[in-house]
Amino acid sequence: MRAWHFSETAYPYLPPVEEYESIRVSLPNRIYDPKKGAALYDRYIEEWQIAEEEGVEIMLNEHHQTATCVDPAAPLLLAALARVTKKARLLILGNPIANRRQPVRVAEEMALVDMLSHGRLEAGFVRGVPYEISAGNSNPVRTNERFAEALDLIIKAWTSHDGPFSHEGRFFHHRQINIWPRPFQSPHPPVWISTTTPAGSQRVGAQGFVQATFLTGYDGTRRVYDAYRRGWREAGRGEGVPIDRLAYAALVYVGDNEADARAGAEKILWYIRANKVPPHFAFPPGYAPPAAFAHVMRGDTGDQHRNFSAQATVESTINAGLMMAGTPDQVYAQVRKMYDHVGGFGHLLIMGQAGFLEHDETVRSIRNFARHVYPRLKAEMPDSTVSGFSMAPAAAS
Amino acid sequence: MPDASVMARETITLAGIELELHEGGEGPPLLFLHGASGFTPDPPYVGLLAQRRRLIAPSHPGFGASGLPLWLDTVDDIAHLYLELMDRRGLGRVDVVGTSLGGWLAAEIATKVPERIGKLALVGPVGVKLGPADKLDIPDIFAMAQDKVVRLIYHDVDKGKLDYSKMTDEQLTVIARNRETTALLTWEPWMHNPKLRHRLHRIASPTLFIRGASDGLVSADYVDGYAKLIPGARVTTIAAAGHAPQLEQPAEFARVLLGFLDGAAQAGGTR
Repeated sequence: MRAWHFSETAYPYLPPVEEYESIRVSLPNRIYDPKKGAALYDRYIEEWQIAEEEGVEIMLNEHHQTATCVDPAAPLLLAALARVTKKARLLILGNPIANRRQPVRVAEEMALVDMLSHGRLEAGFVRGVPYEISAGNSNPVRTNERFAEALDLIIKAWTSHDGPFSHEGRFFHHRQINIWPRPFQSPHPPVWISTTTPAGSQRVGAQGFVQATFLTGYDGTRRVYDAYRRGWREAGRGEGVPIDRLAYAALVYVGDNEADARAGAEKILWYIRANKVPPHFAFPPGYAPPAAFAHVMRGDTGDQHRNFSAQATVESTINAGLMMAGTPDQVYAQVRKMYDHVGGFGHLLIMGQAGFLEHDETVRSIRNFARHVYPRLKAEMPDSTVSGFSMAPAAAS
Repeated sequence: MPDASVMARETITLAGIELELHEGGEGPPLLFLHGASGFTPDPPYVGLLAQRRRLIAPSHPGFGASGLPLWLDTVDDIAHLYLELMDRRGLGRVDVVGTSLGGWLAAEIATKVPERIGKLALVGPVGVKLGPADKLDIPDIFAMAQDKVVRLIYHDVDKGKLDYSKMTDEQLTVIARNRETTALLTWEPWMHNPKLRHRLHRIASPTLFIRGASDGLVSADYVDGYAKLIPGARVTTIAAAGHAPQLEQPAEFARVLLGFLDGAAQAGGTR
């Protein structure tokens, strides 16, 4: 098991939630105080450095026009982290390549970060959540097709070393592709892809990339992993799927004691409760297939939207498998329960800061995790484990 | 008055695309190009027009039951497809009416084969960019709540309220797909083809713009500016109607449209 400290570099100093329509896309940036924002970056970068000191790896991601994650150019922040850290792996999850106009530029950015970090890059790619569509002015239709073409092109740009090649695809065109620098790692940095649907993860499994899934809970995660394992096997990659191909992201707070854990859990619940987004940004046309939209029009917005509600509580969020919070023993047990339910996973992506969780609290949780939970996970869930075996029975749902 | 059943439905293949085609009515042919909501034969205006005209109403690729190939992503692509449809149906010269997105499509076709268009009627059309760079000519309907969109589209807001709970999965899926294809075609540049305005001067047919007086999507200034780009084009307004006057005022819509189509061709009519 490998653990990653993940921070969305949130800007929590917002007016009362009743006073704005959406925390994403349309929230005016006059609310954003540059001085407070700069101090937050200092703080969040320091927290990543502390995670590294504690032996935890580093993860960040990219969102646009939102207070929930003020990192609209993640490769820039990743480049800064590459220079202030020395040993941690650096995971960007990820580059929203369905919304990026130039895949070759993304290949260049990633190669540069790989150089600046002397080969510590883990390069993740995402289709991008629906709220990114308006922020990126990105056509919401055919994002999966653009994603697939861009990813192939990026990997080819990383691995072609004999002078320019050309690409004339359905969505992207480039005649003289010959990136400098090439990546530090050979043949290229590890590729991660996040999806939250079985159809998506089956494709990722067939390709053999690392599959990450975010806040999909017990049964949702199991469906995603089952599809990954199916895709892996059907592509002839062998019966045994190594658990280091699978990652799960959850909100995590490890307290000194139950009272501390409770207080921290209440604070990171902000991530679930603060995600106020109106339907026109949450469900852009074409993002999901028309048949799925038919359900949305009837008012069935799916598990993930149900779990992301202003009514969510610490208990409901822990019970859904979206949060792991408590004392070290309790958090260990929650990770273990998820691990057994889904057939094992090799990476725990720790959403370790959200909302008003203060610096000292964030650091306390990182240290409690690293010193009192992580050693047990590493000992009991080695990376050599084959995933999908000795699973707990599926829930009745 | 003929009821909706006057319209027959068939599937034809054009450029490898399975296209749903509604056709029916008596009289000279009229190519009817639907807007973002697709075409259904049920609304009263269809029967009123079919009394005097043989309506030929394709469902555009990605709308209704029509296929959508991966290569197709612009209104201009559909315009080329319909040149082939006109050939296939032996429409040497034909009157064309387009509503909203279909108006844009009709204008694209008319710039390509001006000699083959008898009369051209554009109903609340989009398709050109006239105003400044920092102001949308057409409001961003994908960045606002659905009830606000309905208020922009309808004069009588109650007519725009759809009860999704009473619809079948198939109906809802068609609505969602129509919306998806609209996004595909209009997303960027928003609701227009920057080239079109530089081609509109080629249109040679008598042209009538029809606008609902309460249309919140296509403004009176926009329609006036659009009409100025087409030689001799006229503008008429239908009262107590929004973006879809054919739905809100079917009798008046049919009267205005048929009056224009049946009237003597005017070279350089008044505005």
